[in-house]
Amino acid sequence: MNTAASGTLASSPSDRSALTPSPPVRRGRGFGTTLVPYIFLAPFAALFLAFTVAPLVYAFYTSVFRDTLVGGTQFAGFANYLRAFSDLKFWGGIAHLALFGVVQVPIMLGLALAFALVLDRGNVHARSLFRLGFFIPYAVPSVIAALIWGYLYGPVFGPFTQAANWAGLPPPNFLSDGAMLFSLANVVTWEFTGYNMIIYYSALKAIPQDLQEAAIVDGASAWQYARLVQLPLLWPAILLTIIFSINGSLQLFNEPFLMRAIAPQVIGTSYTPNIYAYFLAAANQQYNYAAAISFVLGIVIASVAYLFTVMTNRRGGTAT
Amino acid sequence: MTEVLSVNKRDMDRRHFLKVAGASIAAAAIPAVPAVAEETVNLVLWSWLPDFQAQVDLFEKAHPNIKVKLINSGQGPAEYTNLRAGLKARSGLPDVCHVEFQVVRSFKQLNALADIGKWANSYKSEFAEWSWNQVSDGDKVYAMPWDSGPIGMLYRNDVFEKHGISLPKTWDEFAEQAIKLHEAAPDTYLTNAVFNDGGWVNSLLWQAGWRPFEVNGTEISIQVNGAVPKKFAAYWQDLLDRKAVEAKPGFVAEWYTSLDQGRYATWLTAGWGPVFLTSFAKTSSGKWRAAAIPQWESGKFVSANWGGSTLAALAASQHPKEAAELAIWLTTNKEATTLYTTKQFLFPVLNDLLNSPEFANKPFELYGGQQVNQIFIESAKNVDPSFQWSPFQDYVNSTMGDELAAAASGKGTLAEAFDRLQNTFVQYAQDQGFTVKT
Repeated sequence: MNTAASGTLASSPSDRSALTPSPPVRRGRGFGTTLVPYIFLAPFAALFLAFTVAPLVYAFYTSVFRDTLVGGTQFAGFANYLRAFSDLKFWGGIAHLALFGVVQVPIMLGLALAFALVLDRGNVHARSLFRLGFFIPYAVPSVIAALIWGYLYGPVFGPFTQAANWAGLPPPNFLSDGAMLFSLANVVTWEFTGYNMIIYYSALKAIPQDLQEAAIVDGASAWQYARLVQLPLLWPAILLTIIFSINGSLQLFNEPFLMRAIAPQVIGTSYTPNIYAYFLAAANQQYNYAAAISFVLGIVIASVAYLFTVMTNRRGGTAT
Repeated sequence: MTEVLSVNKRDMDRRHFLKVAGASIAAAAIPAVPAVAEETVNLVLWSWLPDFQAQVDLFEKAHPNIKVKLINSGQGPAEYTNLRAGLKARSGLPDVCHVEFQVVRSFKQLNALADIGKWANSYKSEFAEWSWNQVSDGDKVYAMPWDSGPIGMLYRNDVFEKHGISLPKTWDEFAEQAIKLHEAAPDTYLTNAVFNDGGWVNSLLWQAGWRPFEVNGTEISIQVNGAVPKKFAAYWQDLLDRKAVEAKPGFVAEWYTSLDQGRYATWLTAGWGPVFLTSFAKTSSGKWRAAAIPQWESGKFVSANWGGSTLAALAASQHPKEAAELAIWLTTNKEATTLYTTKQFLFPVLNDLLNSPEFANKPFELYGGQQVNQIFIESAKNVDPSFQWSPFQDYVNSTMGDELAAAASGKGTLAEAFDRLQNTFVQYAQDQGFTVKT
C-alpha cells in the first residue's frame, strides 16, 4: 500500500513536467522517495526497538515466570498478574497518585496556561527573561531539586521552620503523612509548569495574527479574545499536556524516591507503583513480579488516558 | 587491556604453542623456567573504597603477571543491584567484588561466591573470630574479611557537662540520662534512634541477643519477634513516648547539623564512625569523646558489629586461583592492610592491627586528643560471634527500615512492627521457596 501511494506521488510531478518523462529517471525517483522516509526514520526506529520494544518484550517474558531463591525458575502463566490485581500495596500507590494527580495537574496546567497567555500579550517587558525564568526549574536535575526542597522543607533547620520559630508560631510540618502529597505536588508543579507553559506558548505563537486583528476589529476585549479565540485553538495542546501529565503522575518516581531519604517514615517502599516495582526488583529479587507490576501499571495508565480521551471527545462532539 | 582481550583465538593458540614448544626445548637445558605461567591474567575488581588504587598498585607490583582493573560500581545496595543484574545476565561480572558482611550469605544463596577455602584457611587465625565466622562455613570460605564496625558511642562532652549528664554504662542509665536531658533542655536529645536504617537497628539487636535467622540448606528458621526484640521495642518505645529521644532519618543534612550543633548529644555508631564524623562535625571539633556501647547487663561486656566489608572472589571468574589471590592478598598483606588504617581509615579485622600500639594509641583531635581506637578495639574483641544474617538481607533491611521508621514516628508501636515483620519475612521466605520453621 505504501509503495503504491508513494508511486503515484512520485509520478505526478514528473507527469506534470511532461518535457523529459524518461522512464529510468522516474523509476529512480520512485525508488528513492519510497526509501527516503525509512532511512530518516531508521535511527529512531533502531533506538525505539532497542530501548522500548525489546525491553517491553523481555519484561513481558519475565513476567510470566517465577524465579525463586530456592527452586529456580518455573513458568507461572498469569499468576503474577493475578497477584498484582489483588495487591493492596500496589493499589495503595495508585490511590496516592490518583489524589496527587487530581490536585496537582489542574493547578500546574492552569498556571502554565496563565503564564503562557500573559507572555503572549504584546506589552510584556523582559518577555524572554520571564520565559526563561519559568522554564529554568525544568532544567534543574530532579536530584538537585530534591536537595533544594529537602532543605526548604527541613523540620528543624529549614527556613520556614526557622521563620516560624522566630515569629513564635508552630512550625509547619511539610513531611507529615497528610502533607507529603502536597509537598511533592508543590515540587512537581515547580518543576513542570515551565515545560507545559512552553508547549502552550508555542501553540499560541502558531495562531495567525489575522485572528487577533479580526477580533480587535470586532471589538473583542483581551479576555474575550483569550476565551473565545485562543483557548479553543489551544485545545489540542491542552489535551496533549493533560495526557502527558496523567502519564507522568502515575509514573511518579524521582521526587518521592529522593524525598524518602528525609521522610522514610512516610514514603515507604510502596509509596508509588514505580517505587514499589523498583524495590521489588532491586532489593527483593522479585524480578518477575516487578515486571508484572510494571505491566499492570502500564495498563492502568493506558486505560485512564483512553477514558479521558473518549470523555473529552464526546463532550467536544456535543458542544459543536 | 582491551588489546590483550581482543587478540584473536588463533593468534593466542599460536603464541601459546610457541611458548610451550620453547619451554620444552628450554626445559631440556634449564629445568625450572615457568614459561606458561607468565601469561598475563586480567582481573576486574569492583569496590567503592576511595583511593583503593594505592593498594591495587601494590598488588600489581607484587604480581607482575596479574593486571587488575578497579571499577567503582556503586556503594552498597547500588552495587549489589548491579551484581545481581550481572548474575542474572551471566555477564559483566567482576572477578573480585566488594561485599559487606551482611550480604555475604545473600550472595552465597545465589551461588555467586567462590569457595576459596583451600587458599584462605591458613589465614583464619589472623582474623578476629567473629569476622571469620561471618564469611565461612566450616572449611568453606566465601569472602575475606576486610574492615569492620564494632559498635560504640560517641558523645558530646560539652553537652554532657552543661546539663550534668553522666556517662551511661548500661541501657537503663542511658534511658535515665535521656529523660533527664530532655527535661533540662527540651530541644536537645540524648540520641537520635535511626529506626529507618536496618543496619543500625540490626547492630543494637545483635548486641541485645537477637538471633532472627538460621539457615540450613533450604530450611530457614525465622524468629524476629521473640523476647529479645520485645524487650528492645519496649525500651525504645518508652523513650519515644516520653519524647526523650528523636527518631529522624540519619545521614541527611538535618542529622549532620544536629550532631554538629549538639542537638543530639550522642551518636550510637561503629568503628568507622569516629573518622566519618570528622567530615561534617567541623564546628564541634575537640568537644567529642568516645565511650563503650551501653550494656543490657551491668558487669558484662557484649558488643556487636555495624557495617564492615569483605572482598569476595566470584564463582563465575575465569581465573579462580588469581581471583582468590587478589582477595586474600589485599586483605592480608601487611603493607596494604596497614595502609587501610592510615589512608582510608578502615577499622581493621586483623588481630595484628587490632593489637598494634600504633593503631591503638593514635590521638584524635576531634575527640580532644582521646585515643578513640582503644574503645572500639575493646568492642571488636567482644563482638558476639554467633550472629547469622538472612539469605535475603537487602530485603530484610529495607523492610525493617520501612516498618520501624513508621512505628517510631507514631504509627502503631515498635512491638507491633516486629510482629508484622515476623509475618512478612515468613511469607517472603515461603514465597522464595524456603521451608520455614518459626
